[in-house]
Amino acid sequence: MPGITREEVAHLARLARLELTDEELDHFAGQLDDIIGAVARVSEVAAEDVPPTSHPLPLTNVMRADEVRPGLTAQQALSGAPAQEQQRFKVPQILGEE
Amino acid sequence: MTVTELVPYEEALAAFDPVMGLEVHVELGTKTKMFCGCATTPGAEPNSQTCPTCLGLPGSLPVVNEIGVESAIRIGLALRCEIAEWCRFARKNYFYPDMPKNFQTSQYDEPIAYDGHLDVQLEDGEVFRVGIERAHMEEDTGKSTHIGGAAGRIHGASHSLIDYNRAGIPLIEIVTKPIVGAGARAPEVARAYVAELRELIRSLGVSEARMELGQLRCDVNLSLRPHGRETFGTRSETKNVNSLRSVERAVRFEIQRHAGVLSDGGTVVQETRHFHEENGTTTSGRVKEEAEDYRYFPEPDLVPLAPAREWVEKLRAELPELPLARRNRLREEWGISAHEMQSALNAGAVDLIVATVEAGADAAAARKWWLGELARRANERGVELAGLPIAPAQVARVAALVAEGSLNDKLARQVIDGVLEGEGEPDEVVEKRGLRIVSDEGALGAAVDEAIAANQAVADKVRGGKVAAAGALVGAVMKATRGQADAARARELILERLGVSGG
Repeated sequence: MPGITREEVAHLARLARLELTDEELDHFAGQLDDIIGAVARVSEVAAEDVPPTSHPLPLTNVMRADEVRPGLTAQQALSGAPAQEQQRFKVPQILGEE
Repeated sequence: MTVTELVPYEEALAAFDPVMGLEVHVELGTKTKMFCGCATTPGAEPNSQTCPTCLGLPGSLPVVNEIGVESAIRIGLALRCEIAEWCRFARKNYFYPDMPKNFQTSQYDEPIAYDGHLDVQLEDGEVFRVGIERAHMEEDTGKSTHIGGAAGRIHGASHSLIDYNRAGIPLIEIVTKPIVGAGARAPEVARAYVAELRELIRSLGVSEARMELGQLRCDVNLSLRPHGRETFGTRSETKNVNSLRSVERAVRFEIQRHAGVLSDGGTVVQETRHFHEENGTTTSGRVKEEAEDYRYFPEPDLVPLAPAREWVEKLRAELPELPLARRNRLREEWGISAHEMQSALNAGAVDLIVATVEAGADAAAARKWWLGELARRANERGVELAGLPIAPAQVARVAALVAEGSLNDKLARQVIDGVLEGEGEPDEVVEKRGLRIVSDEGALGAAVDEAIAANQAVADKVRGGKVAAAGALVGAVMKATRGQADAARARELILERLGVSGG
């Protein structure tokens, strides 16, 4: 029943701005289908009395006080940036030509 | 690009019924970001307020800001919403450079507040109830600067520069239910709603909600349906409408544009649109279908929130008097009309008047000074009323000096001048500039005698019974004393000297 089609993988790749070749699409679609199939087996054992959860621990309300903590300097923040200009992260053109 | 003929507004309303949905984002004034302890100081050096969490670096983990949650609950309560007993954050996945994690931490189908309302008052006093669908917590994005395009626009830019100081600052998104039944007043209702929401946010003290600084931003959803039809038409979403006036104009424009498309037999495209401040129009942005595939899922790095009922009830009990109720109370206390109150509100004067009255002035005098002379001064300087370098207590002192007869209005304006110029407290200005009214008999009497001596012809007229002519002599006295004479006393003395009984 679950599973993922080649078209869905192509769609996800586009959303993630990944350029995949036809061979790669075939390859990843097969792999992802296997993974989803494996994960789907969880729902086979989860009966009505097992509610879906998003966390393994029954914790709630973990909050911190609104107090400033030291972060990174601008130099540190930018140290991993492939390109920078005016102390800002430099990114390629966002909108292509129309 | 096809250009749609706009249908005249009245014509559009005759054929169609507008339905609105307003989404407002409020940037909270917390000291730190929503999910990390980075400072939120405005105007800081680019990228100087970041950490691995808000930059989305591997291995970093978010922790929720307690005041962010508290503010969301207080906003929800003030909007008469239900507060969720249990809710989660969710990842909204999209790929855009201003969002370094490639997802925005938001809330999806479990908002912290839902199902409320806000009453808004229109210019003529009519109250319109706007339903609130939900208010949820999320985070802001970084700030992009587009290089190489015209006027800094993203279109035609060669590349962009990103400052992540804003990324992660708490946002509360407040979404209305479909607003129906506003008819021709839809633009006015939209404006009044955003204005009232802004007042509410300010009264809670959770944000300054200054639209010009992007602390409160509005997206306008609008659709039209033929009169009598239940189902809604296709909507457009006009993004980032960032002033009250623009909200009103954007609704009006979209009503006319949709009507143009529909009357032509066309179909409205569901899309986001950009509003243009300079001419009040909107243009097409991206088409929705692709952009809206956000693949939400519960945020695994944050545990659920289950606000204790005792906490919620404590916050509810501590809510301040809400703005509309407060304005109605003040309106009665001050004895003014809904329209006059609206003017005071539009001028940003309500709190200043309240503070001036608290400092001892009577309400009429406080209103007069703030909405008259001081509004004019603020306008000249291009600042908000509250930005003038004069405090309500100082205005109250000026009003008191006028009330006791030490100053007339003209002198009072000069005292205000002095205070605005930084010459000190009102009494010091009076002292330094020598602005006290001249009413002692000696000095005033001498000025009166001189005025009579210099204007014999006028004096004769008054002697002959033309009492009204005395005004010219009073004027001469005022001129001679540089406006500092007690005009009423001067008139009495003039008539006395000329042997005419007062009139």
